[in-house]
Amino acid sequence: MNKIVIGLLLGTLLGAIDGATAWFTPAVRGMLVGIIFGSTLKGLIAGVAAGIFARKVNSVPLGILFGLGVGFLLAFLVALKEHGYYFEIILPGSIVGMIVGWATQRYGYTTAAAQRG
Amino acid sequence: MTFLNDKALERLRCSEGADFSGTRYKLREFIARGGMAVVYAAEDEKLSRRVALKVLDAPDANGELTSRLMREARILAQLEHPGIVPVHDVGVLPGGRVFYTMKFVEGLRLDRYIMQVDSLPQRLRLFLRVCDAVAFAHARGVLHRDLKPANIMVGSFGEVLVMDWGLGKILREHSLSRDETFVSSGQKAKSESDSTQFTVITGHGTVMGTPGYMAPEQARGETERIDVRSDIFSLGALLRFIVIGGAQGKSAAQPRPLSAICAKATAESPNARYTHVSELAADVSLYLDGLPVSAYAENFLERLRRFYKRHEVAILLIGAYLIMRALVLLFFHR
Repeated sequence: MNKIVIGLLLGTLLGAIDGATAWFTPAVRGMLVGIIFGSTLKGLIAGVAAGIFARKVNSVPLGILFGLGVGFLLAFLVALKEHGYYFEIILPGSIVGMIVGWATQRYGYTTAAAQRG
Repeated sequence: MTFLNDKALERLRCSEGADFSGTRYKLREFIARGGMAVVYAAEDEKLSRRVALKVLDAPDANGELTSRLMREARILAQLEHPGIVPVHDVGVLPGGRVFYTMKFVEGLRLDRYIMQVDSLPQRLRLFLRVCDAVAFAHARGVLHRDLKPANIMVGSFGEVLVMDWGLGKILREHSLSRDETFVSSGQKAKSESDSTQFTVITGHGTVMGTPGYMAPEQARGETERIDVRSDIFSLGALLRFIVIGGAQGKSAAQPRPLSAICAKATAESPNARYTHVSELAADVSLYLDGLPVSAYAENFLERLRRFYKRHEVAILLIGAYLIMRALVLLFFHR
């Protein structure tokens, strides 16, 4: 499977799961659908970015670092918009980014054209 | 009175023993001496390249050694593989001594090279390349019969070459059809092609090989029982050396799956060993990939440990996520 597709699928899945964990926070339970949607979108973007990065750079540590960076940035933007819940959003979101960054390095193929480009 | 040292004696032998005046080769230096032949570094004056030259260096009244050296050259010539040293030329000196030239390999013998390699996976990958060359030879119907660290060279670019096919045995002529019966009987051999002559030489009771690396049936001189599984025994002993012997002075702990692979390859009975080199190599590859090997039945804990090792990063990342989530829920709960 293509690295970008892997990033997209895994990012979407993990983003949705991560969003669903908001159920454990009673204060935001009413906004669960919106949170899951936003988190899924966040995971999807992080996954595609990590997939594109993995096509260009072949290094597991760098992939994890890139995932961490993208996950952190996106989660930070979401937290900024929400005016709060910084730790609740940023910490798990960053780790989801790391997982996607690792998976795109570890699995999936890179086409020769992508490596040249 | 002054005694000549070994080096001086070798130089004298080199200059006096063999007359290369009528050939295109100029001897440069002595490399090694075997039971019947001596190997020199020589200069191929026509092609201006360095070659390794092996020349007969023992009395050969009945021509037996001559035919053996020629056979070794022919075996090498048949085995065109990156892991087998290629033969360039074969010839006869004015004095009647046979020689052949082969690629001059600059590098280290495996027993010396392995001391420099700390990483077990790297050492195992090296072993796999030896297996690759031996499997190729087996596919061409040739047994090595003297596989040991000293007969494997690792070149300066990391290339692995299986050397010294002097004890090689042709099981069948490559040019013959696939269903050609293997030559195993001395009586039958006498009436057959050149490939069988070696079987005559190494008839029942003749022991050739290196103790510790020689299969039991080979050590007992049961030449008719020698087949690919005898080389597999040697490969098993070689694997053990690579895993333990090569780690002299370092930790001698041997992973159980590898130990089991060695034990299966070096089983007393040929029937208990791997039947093909590819099976042995596959088990080593499985071990390298963190997968279960056919030679070892692991228990639940070992399976768990192997699973963890194989997916270490993923498990740590998922674990970190779960811990983070739990901490967030515990300390930032609103």
